[in-house]
Amino acid sequence: MDTVTVSSLKNSLVLRSTTPLQLLSKKQLQQLNSLSVADATRFLSGVQLKDYGGIGGLKTINIRSMGSNQTQIFLDGIAIGNAQNGQVDLGKFSLENVDEIALYNGDTQTLLQPAKSYSSASSMYLTSNTPTFENGETRKFRAGIKTGSFGLINPSFLFQKQINQYLTASISTEYLNAHGHYKFRLTDANYDTTARRENADIDAFRIESILNGKIKGGAWQTHLYFYHSGRGLPDAVIENRLKPTSPELGQRQKDRNIFIQSSLTKQFSRYSYTLKLKYANDYVFYSNPNIIKLEGPLKNNYHQQEGYASFANQYLITPEWTVALSSDWQWNKLNADLYNFSYPTRFTTLVSAATKYQTERFTLQSSLLATFVQDKTKYYQSPDDKHEITPAVSLSWQPFEYPTFRIRSFYKNIFRMPTFNDLYYTEIGSTLLDPEYTEQFDFGFTYAKTYHSALKFVSLQTDAYYNIVKNKIIATPASNQFRWTMYNLDRVQIKGVDVVIRSGWNVANCLNLDVGINYTFQEALNATTINGKMTYNKGEQIPYIPRHSGSFILQANINSLFLNYSFIYTGERYSQAENITANYLQPWYTHDLSIGKDFSLLKQGKMRVMTELNNLLNQPYEVVRNFPMPGRNYRLRATIDF
Amino acid sequence: MALRLVIILLLYSIAFLGCRKSLEPQPEEGFNFINGLYLLNEGNMSMNKASLDFYDLSTGIYERDVYKRANPDVVLSLGDVGNDIQLYGSKLYIVVNASNKIEVLDARTAKRIKKIDLINCRYITFYNGKAYVSSYNANIGVDPASPNGKVVEIDTASLSISRTTSVGRQPDGVAAANNKLYVANSGGYNPNAYERTVSVIDLKSFNEIKRIDVEINLHRVKADNKGNVFVNSRGDGHNTHSNFFMIDSQKDEVVRKFNAPVSNFWIDDEHIYTYASEWSNINRENSFVYNQFSSSDLGFEKKYITDGSEKSIHMPYGIAVNQQTKDIFITDAKNYVTSGTLHHYNASGKLLRSFTTGDIPGHMVFYKQ
Repeated sequence: MDTVTVSSLKNSLVLRSTTPLQLLSKKQLQQLNSLSVADATRFLSGVQLKDYGGIGGLKTINIRSMGSNQTQIFLDGIAIGNAQNGQVDLGKFSLENVDEIALYNGDTQTLLQPAKSYSSASSMYLTSNTPTFENGETRKFRAGIKTGSFGLINPSFLFQKQINQYLTASISTEYLNAHGHYKFRLTDANYDTTARRENADIDAFRIESILNGKIKGGAWQTHLYFYHSGRGLPDAVIENRLKPTSPELGQRQKDRNIFIQSSLTKQFSRYSYTLKLKYANDYVFYSNPNIIKLEGPLKNNYHQQEGYASFANQYLITPEWTVALSSDWQWNKLNADLYNFSYPTRFTTLVSAATKYQTERFTLQSSLLATFVQDKTKYYQSPDDKHEITPAVSLSWQPFEYPTFRIRSFYKNIFRMPTFNDLYYTEIGSTLLDPEYTEQFDFGFTYAKTYHSALKFVSLQTDAYYNIVKNKIIATPASNQFRWTMYNLDRVQIKGVDVVIRSGWNVANCLNLDVGINYTFQEALNATTINGKMTYNKGEQIPYIPRHSGSFILQANINSLFLNYSFIYTGERYSQAENITANYLQPWYTHDLSIGKDFSLLKQGKMRVMTELNNLLNQPYEVVRNFPMPGRNYRLRATIDF
Repeated sequence: MALRLVIILLLYSIAFLGCRKSLEPQPEEGFNFINGLYLLNEGNMSMNKASLDFYDLSTGIYERDVYKRANPDVVLSLGDVGNDIQLYGSKLYIVVNASNKIEVLDARTAKRIKKIDLINCRYITFYNGKAYVSSYNANIGVDPASPNGKVVEIDTASLSISRTTSVGRQPDGVAAANNKLYVANSGGYNPNAYERTVSVIDLKSFNEIKRIDVEINLHRVKADNKGNVFVNSRGDGHNTHSNFFMIDSQKDEVVRKFNAPVSNFWIDDEHIYTYASEWSNINRENSFVYNQFSSSDLGFEKKYITDGSEKSIHMPYGIAVNQQTKDIFITDAKNYVTSGTLHHYNASGKLLRSFTTGDIPGHMVFYKQ
């Protein structure tokens, strides 16, 4: 298939979706200037990547200003959890073994899904590399290496084998090491100085194995994953501490993540089901040698476990009308060697009922989700049980004969539970916290047109939305700065517009171009009013949300040569709730460029080499205040397939 | 149609996409402060937002951010978490905790004279031409992994550290009386094992000679002009409440326990102005008291804000009383991440004026040329 056809196919999925959907395909992912999943999300509309800088720096996403805890990340349809703080560090997920990234606002389009997939305001689906074997081959190897700035060394290896016609197996492994140092510029009207980011080293290893099987009328998958890393946690850039006295005095973190997950899908004539199982075991070690306690420098160990089972059913009543019923059960446990820790365990039961009516010109989908949450603690009080029923409804409609113009709209009401950190981290319990609710209203249209000229197609998605976040959970110091407490305080009202334009070009028969533009407008205002309690900065833009942001991507292919140029723009922002000069952050924009070439090797082998240049104009910028981002940097990549 | 409309909208919005503003370099401002109140704003940790304000008590003009304006070339300005400010002679000493330094300024112009490095420095006091500063970090020569903190002596003529000595864990407030230094050991890094003593240091030998048992988690120490030393404790937020104590520097023992919560206080002769903010886990809110005590009259206790305006204070964080006018100054740190307020009350406790400050206004000192 040529590029344009593939794009069109993907487009039809995007265009018919009742909720906004954005996709990054394998081809795009391989050509974009990205090391991790986090880097790739910069190219999605409506997404703010919170990046503390450097290869090892924490990277989380905030979609449509609702906060990073309102987005659920799924790997092959099963949620990646973090019951401790709800944050999934996307910098830890390599693109090496990812085939596709899909971002949904609101519900996804497939009904045969775990109830969990209905349980967040927005969701990002990562799809693992699925082996495909052609022309009678039964095994594939891929070896790759990335190197470049920050002392990066990143070899990876993939082996896939077709064991028989029903069973394939793959092993993917990767090692990443970098000293992480980089120079950064600090500028102000009166000074311009250069310093070096230190204690930014990382050493990470990943190995995972996937078994894919086919059965009569269905398929199954088992995925085993292991990740280990050790890294420095560079401090904020602090006056008089630009040159650390000694690099080993930095804070350190070790992570170890293990999971095994399996799924089975089987289809009968009208009925189909999916069974999913997961067990995850995560460990985090944190040390701060600057805080010397009675027993020595501060060290904390966190152990988390998760057990998960889901049973999803779907039934086709008529060819147009589908219903689905899913039930999930989840168990989370956190142990930490903190003083006065309560050792919480959480049991979550989710039941979802969904229905979809779909004709050629009209799709209506709706769902109801029932959530039951029970927390148990070994010490101190645990909060009351919570149960909620939340709805979502979405539709897509083709109003004219013209097939590629569609109107869509969705409404979704959902909440997130307070995380273990929210409830149990502080010395003073915050167990009376309420869940954080979001309500989303979205109205948009999709449009596509194909041409018989150099311009092959144009597609367009535009959505206007209004979101309300209620009972936003925020941390506030209680009686002094060292004793924080968690409140349900803020209310945020978000009005936004996302525009996504894609176009495909074919010039002089050999040059294929994909050109994309994203633009996001967001007015995310603090709307907190609490009776009897003082509120501040009402009506001002919430921190770190730019009113205007966007990106431009150009991908060009000339035979075996490919070139990628991207421009990312983030408008002016404020680092705190108060929109004053002291909190003002300048807009930032980076130009990234990459160029690569494919070669044939021997009879069946392929080789690809690629160079990336990032932040071409060497702009000094910060995504998070006092966490400077790298200036101009480069990467070299080479992969061999055989 | 739709496509064209969107392209027009897009071009329209691109016109809004601002580029970076180029900033004009600011010239150094030449202040000539004569009579007023310096206020140090802490700024939340990791924000580099410590700042210095000056309230001119003669003109009533409130000047914001005078350190940056007088020293615009200092990279990242005053730095991170301003923890204490004191005046000695014609110089202003600012202890900047996370920036590991003490800034010495000309109090008339707010211009920097010198920066003295001291890791994790906390509070400062003066006695006979020397400054004494507490620090959470271990004394050099002691095992760097020792939990004990230290106190350093700074010669105010050479502005360099002359002597250091070890004290208890995480020492905070310091005050001098009777040729001795009193240091509050908090032990705040170990909520399971708070310190509960005041270290007494003989200023001649600069050695710890005694530890006075007071209460867990001690915070501030101040001495009056009669040789009494006052210290408050933070409590633990569970069973032990904040409290307030008086130490006699002749006997070096606690002679009075006030049995009243005190978060911060200011001594004006025998009058002790205090406030307390305590978190209640039952009501899930802070409760505040603004009490005045007396060092000579045991039973004396009164509310010094008389017009009910203390209800508008969300988080009291600093207190000062003018020795001449007896006017009272209280700062409000609000939610710690937004601009604070300085409230100016007259001697009879009525609110006169309020000013917007920097983030977390906390520490004040009067200056008169």
